[in-house]
Amino acid sequence: MSYIKPKFAHPRLPKNEVGYTKKYYEGVISTLCAGCGHDSISAAIVEACFELNVEPHRVAKLSGIGCSSKTPAYYLSNSHGFNSVHGRMPSVATGANLANRSLIYLGVSGDGDTASIGMGQFVHAVRRNVNMTYIVMNNGCYGLTKGQDSATADYGSVSKSGHVNTYEGIDLCALAIQLGATYVAQSFSGDKQQLIPLIKGALSHSGFSLINVVSPCVTFNNNPGSTKSYDYVREHNEAVSKVDFVPVKEEITVSYDHSVVTPIEMHDGTQINFHKLSPVWDPENKISVLSALMFAKEKHEMLTGLLYFDKNSKELHELLHTTDTPLHQLSEKELIPGLEVLEKFNESMR
Amino acid sequence: MSRVNDFVVKFANVNGTGSASANFLFAKAIFRMGVPVSAKNIFPSNIQGLPTWYEVRVSEKGYLGRKEGIDLMVSVNPQSFKEDIACVKPGGYFLYDSTKKLHEEFLREDIHFIDIPLMELCNNAFTDPRQKQLFKNIVYVGALAALLQIEIPVIENLFAEQFKGKEKLIEPNMLALSLGSNYVKAHFDYPLPFYAEKRNLTKDKIMIDGNAAAALGAVYGGATVVSWYPITPSTSLVSSFEKYATRMRIDPVTGKNNFAIVQAEDELAAIGMAIGANWNGARAFTATSGAGISLMNEFLGLAFYAEIPLVLVDVQRGGPSTGMPTRTQQSDLLTCAYASHGDTKHVLLFPSTPTECFDMMADAFDYAEMLQTPVIMMSDLDLGMNDHVTDPFSRDEKQTFRRGKVLTAEDLENRKTWGRYLDEEGDGIPYRTIPGTHPTKGSYFTRGSSHDEFARYSEDSDTYKRVVDRIAKKFETAKKIIPSPQYTEQNHPSNFGCIYFGTSEHASMEAMDILAADGLYVHGMRIKSFPFQEEVATFINRYDKVFVIEQNKMAQMRSLLINELEISPEKLIPVTHYDGTPVTAESILSQVNHHVFVPSN
Repeated sequence: MSYIKPKFAHPRLPKNEVGYTKKYYEGVISTLCAGCGHDSISAAIVEACFELNVEPHRVAKLSGIGCSSKTPAYYLSNSHGFNSVHGRMPSVATGANLANRSLIYLGVSGDGDTASIGMGQFVHAVRRNVNMTYIVMNNGCYGLTKGQDSATADYGSVSKSGHVNTYEGIDLCALAIQLGATYVAQSFSGDKQQLIPLIKGALSHSGFSLINVVSPCVTFNNNPGSTKSYDYVREHNEAVSKVDFVPVKEEITVSYDHSVVTPIEMHDGTQINFHKLSPVWDPENKISVLSALMFAKEKHEMLTGLLYFDKNSKELHELLHTTDTPLHQLSEKELIPGLEVLEKFNESMR
Repeated sequence: MSRVNDFVVKFANVNGTGSASANFLFAKAIFRMGVPVSAKNIFPSNIQGLPTWYEVRVSEKGYLGRKEGIDLMVSVNPQSFKEDIACVKPGGYFLYDSTKKLHEEFLREDIHFIDIPLMELCNNAFTDPRQKQLFKNIVYVGALAALLQIEIPVIENLFAEQFKGKEKLIEPNMLALSLGSNYVKAHFDYPLPFYAEKRNLTKDKIMIDGNAAAALGAVYGGATVVSWYPITPSTSLVSSFEKYATRMRIDPVTGKNNFAIVQAEDELAAIGMAIGANWNGARAFTATSGAGISLMNEFLGLAFYAEIPLVLVDVQRGGPSTGMPTRTQQSDLLTCAYASHGDTKHVLLFPSTPTECFDMMADAFDYAEMLQTPVIMMSDLDLGMNDHVTDPFSRDEKQTFRRGKVLTAEDLENRKTWGRYLDEEGDGIPYRTIPGTHPTKGSYFTRGSSHDEFARYSEDSDTYKRVVDRIAKKFETAKKIIPSPQYTEQNHPSNFGCIYFGTSEHASMEAMDILAADGLYVHGMRIKSFPFQEEVATFINRYDKVFVIEQNKMAQMRSLLINELEISPEKLIPVTHYDGTPVTAESILSQVNHHVFVPSN
């Protein structure tokens, strides 16, 4: 059960440009397992919103169902939240966005919520380039129902019970790039330094931003043999170089070290490498990104960082030619065509 | 004996040959002559090639229900000659394209055959192959004009309106028309014993289908976000909305759209978007049919429990499953009344004319926002896709949106406390806030999981019960604002009542008139909404027996009445019609007579 954090805050906590302390961006205490990767992502969201000087009431946070989808309670208590139904967050977010284009939409989802039950909604939100940030807290398993494989579990990954996954895992980033996502990033929940700027970039981007964050399930998928197990990697990731975020008015740029690969030895001898983006690939060229992802997969590496970015992104409202005023603010004056129009209409039907 | 303005003409065509506009032209011409007319399209789930029919009932008395028995069949489809000939009333007429000879075995002694070489006439008069095909339809309209005394200038006017800007097309159409009427005049006795005569019975009425009417209602009701998934027979509702919004909702300064329409990937997404938009303060709706309702169940439960306004139109068709996609039924009642798992209930509206589609659709947004719950308008294929003669649309000049209990930034500023699900006034309806309203107040967490009055997650039993009991109270409040039943004149005492709703109204009224003429008075009540008001029970209690007339097999309205009002089942006599065609007075009478004249004890 959720409980409320103590209201006390140090009176001299630093405030950001919009006058709020970081504490103001927090939520209630998490009820997820101790050490869950998702909590680190929640913390990164708090940090990113604080540093980005986002006004919490200008954010709508949405989710589906699952461990990941519980997290909106754990950050941004002063934002409106919507915990919808399983796999259906993208449609609710799309509708909310259509109603009010002036808010920031932050959707969080899990690998089951996105890649299985919600696959249809996910891919179509991507296609429409809905102006939102979509964070997948990806742990390769169904935590709330005790650890079944999800559709992002890698082929050959071993579950806690020793079962080896015989199905192909879905690569959400490659899929999103193919379908027209305009900001696609991949990260690790333990790499706060990389994740925070990626979230800031996503929140600042106009269009659909996907951040696929590998976020270990400490209870059900942190065993040897699992390709989503990173107890060990946490420490290695500390050593990985920092990713810088430059607020969007200019351009989103990510500086990355060349080919920094962090190898992880798995119990069964397989190896997963965390790999920062190398400068030889062009994050604005789909073909180069997709081929890099495929190469990485061959080598059992996982690429992290900003993978793809389209600076010519046209978000859904631009495609629909919607008026600049948020639709929910339009009044009778703009919306009711009037009696004269109605009488003309009647006449045309006689 | 001649009959004026009282007959049924049925057209048998091939789908996709342009017959629909010619047939509509015929119906519209009679309407323009001031005579009530009702047109029913009976079409296949097919784009081209299968048989399709169009029935036009002309009724001086203004009966707009479908009528059994065809006086004149116009057949240009040899595929269906056999059944088309069989359905003509004895003494009736069968007009057909005699370019090809009719099989001897099809001939009937008891009907008249009117053989007109439609194709040959067109082949001789036109050169373009497409014109030869299309004008065949106009030729038979010309023949009908002579046979049924339809005034040619009326049709000419309709051409002039239809081809405004394309005036070149008027002349060949008039030529085709005269080919048909001249042929009749040269070869047959005319007019037939039944024919049309000018009247002033349609006054200021209009002719329109219910989907277009509902679409315009949505424009006037302030809908700005529409999300949908194509499904017959609801598709034309959204395409009409797009047409009207494009005409009436463009910002005059910027030229941008004061609306957004998204064709979703499926019905789940369609309703999800509508819910998201309503949650965020816009008026949004989606439209679907039975199969879509099944898919939307999950989200309907969320909107019910999280108390999010939503307008949904169900243009019902024949179920179950894919069922009869192009036939009509009222068979989604139970699934809509209690859609989704758990203890749910939804507000339903039952329009019976396009005018009511317009009004109820516009008002549905008020009801949804005032009650903070889904409102489902239960149309059907007959109402939605057929053209009906109906009262002109009107709206209060000072119409304002009744948005219910929505807190502004100022309201929030002036309040000490606020809980999203707190019942402050005892009507079961809490106050809501729209995201982005106030910098520091009014945010809350919307969820489909159990919650307390402050929208916090809770698994506490007492809290859960308090919230669901309070939601139930909203449905008592709903009864005060949704439309009340409508009664027929009840001057003669009677032991019999009848209940009907939606498109069953027309045939029910006609059946009651026929029964009254025979001395059996039945008092009628039309239900316009659900949950039922107290007066529904009062009406039922007044009679020994009450017929419940509906267009489904399982007598769903009857079940709903028994369940909701605890009516003794033997009191409610089911009168059902479920073959996919619109209900007729004949169908009702045969069932009512059976009950009335067979002693029950």
